[in-house]
Amino acid sequence: MQKYFHSVRLDEDKCKGCTNCVKRCPTEAIRVREGRALIIEERCIDCGECIKICPNRAKLATTDGLEQLQNFHYTIALPAPSLYAQFEPNTSPEQILGALLNIGFDDIFEVALGAEAVSLALRDYLSRDHPRPMISSACPAVLRLMQVRFPGLLQHIVPIETPMEISAGLAREKARQQHGFSDNQIGVFFITPCPAKVTAIKQPFGEKSYVDGAISMSVIYGELLHSLDSPSTKQLPLLSGARGVGWGKAGGENHAIRCHSHLAVDGIHSIINVLEEIERGGLSDIDYLEAQACTGGCIGGPLAPQNLFVARVRMDNLVKKLSLQPDRPKSLSTDPEFLRLNKPILPRPALKLDQDINRAIEMLEEVEKITEDLPGLDCGSCGSPNCRALAEDIVRGYADTSFCIFKLRQRLQILAREIVDLSHKQPPAMGREREKELKEGDA
Amino acid sequence: MQLEFEIKGMDFARAGEAAAKIKKALQMVGMEVETIRKTLVVAYEAELNVVIHAYAGTLTAKISPDAVEIKVMDEGPGIADIELAMQEGYSTAPSNIREMGFGAGMGLPNIERCSDQMELTSEVNQGTLLTAIIFNRTSGEK
Ligand code: SF4
Ligand code: SF4
Repeated sequence: MQKYFHSVRLDEDKCKGCTNCVKRCPTEAIRVREGRALIIEERCIDCGECIKICPNRAKLATTDGLEQLQNFHYTIALPAPSLYAQFEPNTSPEQILGALLNIGFDDIFEVALGAEAVSLALRDYLSRDHPRPMISSACPAVLRLMQVRFPGLLQHIVPIETPMEISAGLAREKARQQHGFSDNQIGVFFITPCPAKVTAIKQPFGEKSYVDGAISMSVIYGELLHSLDSPSTKQLPLLSGARGVGWGKAGGENHAIRCHSHLAVDGIHSIINVLEEIERGGLSDIDYLEAQACTGGCIGGPLAPQNLFVARVRMDNLVKKLSLQPDRPKSLSTDPEFLRLNKPILPRPALKLDQDINRAIEMLEEVEKITEDLPGLDCGSCGSPNCRALAEDIVRGYADTSFCIFKLRQRLQILAREIVDLSHKQPPAMGREREKELKEGDA
Repeated sequence: MQLEFEIKGMDFARAGEAAAKIKKALQMVGMEVETIRKTLVVAYEAELNVVIHAYAGTLTAKISPDAVEIKVMDEGPGIADIELAMQEGYSTAPSNIREMGFGAGMGLPNIERCSDQMELTSEVNQGTLLTAIIFNRTSGEK
């Protein structure tokens, strides 16, 4: 099997093996072994929950650095809409765009513009015949969650590319036409609030990604702040409006589509509940489900530097302000072929016990038996998220019953009792001594 | 391989737990996506039927490489007219339950639609026995 790329990884020196992340991971992808967290690759969906929860800051995201810009003749920054909400209210998006140029990019292309194109495409798509509800394709962590835990719902994903990819494609096209650069001279960098987007670039859902790299919002934040103050920073016009910018927070997609009946859910654990409901045949009265793995949407992404609630106020105010401006006519390509996701999203059967179904059933039986025998406290001391997961790990050969401290204690007790019993046994040659002892004891 | 669950009447908070566990088991076994989807609907609707209509019941899922069999036995009022109960939209659920969004009379029709074989027997004032079989048909893509 092909190895997966993952953005989320562990700083072994910082990890204390505390099991906080083990318990929080939505796909049960983490175990603690030898005092350190270990991520089971094929299960991880790069949602970043473990980054958010880790008290020791031991979970990291691999992103690209600004030095990567040197590998290209012409570089374009793609700011995620959530970027605008990271700054003080008196810092305008125009200034932020200008600051991006100032720190070394040759051009910028707003992802919010791509979001506007996608909004229109969605509106059109939803008025046609489709399974209900359709599910947004924008959050890659949600898509990967579905591949692993909800493969039966993959056909509900709207077959439309993400604003990030659309914007990257358009940005490239512009650079080719305006400056005549060839494809490999152009470097397109997404300014990302999350590790899931990094993974979506390195391991795209479609044929290929138009994006070359992803720079963490929190890494670039300091540089941007710095260059906002610099006299050489000029403002750039903001081309997108309230609709596109609003995609940065939960509810923004639905707001941008405006018509049809929809539901917005944020936070990966809430999404799991809603997907379970859809799987049982519920929510067919809804046309579109906007689902963002992070609480609050992308403004709550693990790599967004600002506090979620602060960012939310700023985003709300910005959207309000922008919505007072008249909609500008868009000259964006809305060619449905260009906007379409060009490959079906297939299941990732990461939970399978064995390739052979007969063998897998035997193993499942074994899992049931072992689970029955475990204390059911779900304490996590064994390094697995709960007793049942430990039973699975034992059957898969990744763990041993003695990992359970209660089981271990039970075995020690039995052993101790045996030792005591043995200690009472006398070799035959010493029988008389023993008799004497007993008699004295009687007296 | 068999999984067994006890279901209590009116216990809406836990309705769906058995179905969720069965789904996970089928994923671990590596059943086809479509088999899992159908089984989940059958198990969930059957579970809900017990919660809504009966006092208590047992749900068993028998898993073999080529099929899943869901069997639900309940103690309850039973079904007087099975043919009527199978009609879409027909429901004997009281209004308070309908207000909760359950008991729309789609349970049995949904179960029938999602299973390859289904059998329903019932005795009034005794209980109901439902057996549904879903074949594990291999789909093209693996
Ligand atoms: S990124 Fe998400 S899926 Fe991956 S290990 Fe962390 S919590 Fe689990
Ligand atoms: S909600 Fe946004 S920031 Fe969070 S994982 Fe999804 S795409 Fe990334």
